[in-house]
Amino acid sequence: MSHLTEAPIDSDDLVNRVMRPSDGACVVFEGVVRNHHEGKEVESIFYDAYRPMAEKEITKILDDIIVRFPLVRVAVQHRLGMLRVGEASIVIACASPHRGDAFDACRTVIDRFKQTVPIWKKERGPDGEEWVGWQK
Amino acid sequence: MKIRLLYFAVLRDIAGKGEEVVELPEGTRAADVWNRLRAQHRALAGYERPPMTAINESYVPADQLLRDGDEVAFIPPVAGG
Repeated sequence: MSHLTEAPIDSDDLVNRVMRPSDGACVVFEGVVRNHHEGKEVESIFYDAYRPMAEKEITKILDDIIVRFPLVRVAVQHRLGMLRVGEASIVIACASPHRGDAFDACRTVIDRFKQTVPIWKKERGPDGEEWVGWQK
Repeated sequence: MKIRLLYFAVLRDIAGKGEEVVELPEGTRAADVWNRLRAQHRALAGYERPPMTAINESYVPADQLLRDGDEVAFIPPVAGG
């Protein structure tokens, strides 16, 4: 299944995909579009991706999670296109027999995601629009 | 040799297109392609160091030699999540 979608992300579906009867914990992280960034008002964010490469980089992260946290099962989806304030851009669900690994794995996925996965965002607000991270 | 050059995010806006096929001499490195873009687009002139570079959907060092048929993409600072 693709890790990228243009439709709203269904968190419950991700949770259902990872939970097993042996799991006692499920940590869900939702990254959400907020209405401000570095002091500027934000109305919406457009997400762009190098899709096939993003899929590969996400798969690498998930493969590493399996090695580092063998008891954790993880599902992740990132949304692309135009998102409004309050909508989830990413959802990560990590299920594990115990909570410690589930928290740690979830944190590891989002931290690595922000470093290597070729996805970009253009913030739009009353002051105009800007690709985040690009220093002019 | 011919390579396929992909543009994403801010680079797509600057280039005004999503991709193009470019003819390059043998021995061209990824960083040479970046310098060519800097010469073509004033908005990139000040960026001496190339952003992260991908060839055929994998990150590579900027001095990577290109081969005929390669798909090259410069990856502006990523901002997913």
